[in-house]
Amino acid sequence: MTYYKLPVSGLDALFARVAEQQTLYIPTDKDGHAVFAAYEAGMTLSKKLNTDRSAKDFFFPQTENLYDIKMKGKQLTVEDTREECADFTVFGVKGCDARSFAILDKVFLADPVDTYYKNRREHGTIVSLACNRPEETCFCRAFGIDAGDPEGDATAWRIGDEMYFAARTEKGEAFLAFVKDLLTETDGTMVESLKKAVAYIMDQLPLGNTSFEGMKQTDLMTHFQNEKWAGLSESCLGCGTCTFVCPTCQCYDIREFDTGKGVKKFRCWDSCMYSDFTLMAHGNSRNSQLERFRQRFMHKLVYFPNNNGGEFGCVGCGRCLAKCPIQTNIVKVEKALEVRSDD
Amino acid sequence: MQDRMIARAKELLADGTVNRVMGWQKGEFTYDITPAVFHTAEELDRDFVCNDFAAANVSKYLVKESRKEGRILAFLKPCDSYSFAQLMKEHRVLRENVYIIGIPSWGKTDFEKIKARGLSGIKNIKDNGADYFVETVYGDEVTVPKYEVMLDRCKDCKSKKIVVYDELLEEPNGDVIENHRFDEVARLEAMTPDERFAFWRNELSRCIRCNACRNVCPACTCEKCVFDNRDSGVENKAAADSFEENMFHIIRAFHVAGRCTDCGECSRVCPQHIPLHLLNRKFIKDMNELYGDYQAGADPDTRPPMTDFRFDDCEPSVVYERGGAK
Ligand code: SF4
Ligand code: SF4
Ligand code: SF4
Ligand code: SF4
Ligand code: SF4
Repeated sequence: MTYYKLPVSGLDALFARVAEQQTLYIPTDKDGHAVFAAYEAGMTLSKKLNTDRSAKDFFFPQTENLYDIKMKGKQLTVEDTREECADFTVFGVKGCDARSFAILDKVFLADPVDTYYKNRREHGTIVSLACNRPEETCFCRAFGIDAGDPEGDATAWRIGDEMYFAARTEKGEAFLAFVKDLLTETDGTMVESLKKAVAYIMDQLPLGNTSFEGMKQTDLMTHFQNEKWAGLSESCLGCGTCTFVCPTCQCYDIREFDTGKGVKKFRCWDSCMYSDFTLMAHGNSRNSQLERFRQRFMHKLVYFPNNNGGEFGCVGCGRCLAKCPIQTNIVKVEKALEVRSDD
Repeated sequence: MQDRMIARAKELLADGTVNRVMGWQKGEFTYDITPAVFHTAEELDRDFVCNDFAAANVSKYLVKESRKEGRILAFLKPCDSYSFAQLMKEHRVLRENVYIIGIPSWGKTDFEKIKARGLSGIKNIKDNGADYFVETVYGDEVTVPKYEVMLDRCKDCKSKKIVVYDELLEEPNGDVIENHRFDEVARLEAMTPDERFAFWRNELSRCIRCNACRNVCPACTCEKCVFDNRDSGVENKAAADSFEENMFHIIRAFHVAGRCTDCGECSRVCPQHIPLHLLNRKFIKDMNELYGDYQAGADPDTRPPMTDFRFDDCEPSVVYERGGAK
């Protein structure tokens, strides 16, 4: 890999350059919290570890218009309302969120391809940013993610007063080529030492060495029938916060909005924690919170890996740990369910 | 306090007064505590915890729990007891199936405030009574005074009194206390309508419609919420536009008016840090001003102003008298 560097003070110029050509999103602080926002002059990069909301909105937004149906007398016309075909760049995606796209790809790019998602993926460039200070809620390493060396089209590292860059894909090369005159070529020594430092921190963190492999020692039905689900789900509020903050949750509903002169067909995120999830003409297949709660964790820890060569449907970002109102989460569930050698 | 709670819970389990215990369960860290039901003395010894991070109001769970077989022991802190009394007033809990031990609360901790001090990678939080000693993997060793990281709702605590109980863990009972909970509302009232609109749009635009505020709310106990009902025409999972964003919150605030005890759970749980309590407090303040002081949940019997009629009730035109637009 070829590495480039730029003083942190030169970031504004780099951002401005990219933003001239296409929309650039960076994590910035708003009302004390990190959010992705379209770059404007004067905006500064957040120093927070990660954004409150995940980065999945860029490809799989919370609501999106699919098409409109207009009615004139007895005439119905269908109008394409697509807006997702402009190039954009997201800077500052962390390792966990960067991996989440690979998980979403397995769902949305599998046959039948979701063209709304696909268009956004094709038009988006991801510049990930290595983590310097992982938190106690982080457990990305459980899924083979190196927070010090995140995936993406290109990767950035912030080390002291310097930013380092390297490209990983063609899109990443194009990104760096576009700002090349701002960068100086360098070697990977500093980046290597940051990676080591992050790995060392991970070892110290309470969840840094969490493993989910224990889940694989039991088959689907044994997990499904585990009597611990009752206790685990007992105080769940069914609010869906865990699914909405989750970078890998992928369920949506397709709804109609009656405009009086036609219909707007739109989709919005759905949550398996909700009472009308899987409500069908015949009724609902999951009528209790226990079943809904079980679905969330079975999906991520059993069904998804079963269907995707063992890959779990979680990236260890820790948002559900930080945001669940009753502080229950995937780590607690895994610890309760896994078969340990001492059991 | 935790030891005395466990000891008393075991006695009540052993003598058959109750068959289970509603409390809080230990987590992975010091601060991630989950409400849970305990069935045996062993479970209590192993997992029961009640420290200053045990902030969750457990009263809402009792709507369901009180309908299960046998009697359940619940430890209620003052604000939880207001929620419970309000649920009694609305005939939502079966009082006889709950054995209540009132527990004092000095004020619960907001762990996000600890983190907001730049403390990340927390390894350990030691409780030294009046303060915490926090150690992180980055080598920080910091003493944090508890008062400084108290939940906002606890800083504005309205009452230390436990309003419904079978016994108290500590005598004497606390009192209703002086507080400044309406100061922020007054600040909003002093804004121009445009400023106020801008304030709320900014706040509500962050909403992800996760429903945590509604689902945690002890006043929200409808069997089927209008926003979950496909036939209502307003059911939505994600707000389609800013109007829907506003509508969800405004309807919810209206629906809990006169029933919201100001327990503060909505703002505590909101992952997007929206100060929802200010909407509800505005209603509380208005009711106090228009119908005389009233505290929802202060007792299980008094008629709430919104469902009571008195000849000296204010006239609808009060909106204009108070400077509202015609
Ligand atoms: S989970 Fe890993 S990649 Fe994500 S913010 Fe934490 S350390 Fe960084
Ligand atoms: S965030 Fe927590 S309480 Fe809400 S649905 Fe998820 S697990 Fe249940
Ligand atoms: S399940 Fe939790 S930790 Fe895993 S990706 Fe989703 S929000 Fe992050
Ligand atoms: S089933 Fe549940 S856990 Fe799985 S993606 Fe859908 S919402 Fe998320
Ligand atoms: S908890 Fe916050 S983000 Fe969730 S629905 Fe309520 S206001 Fe919106």
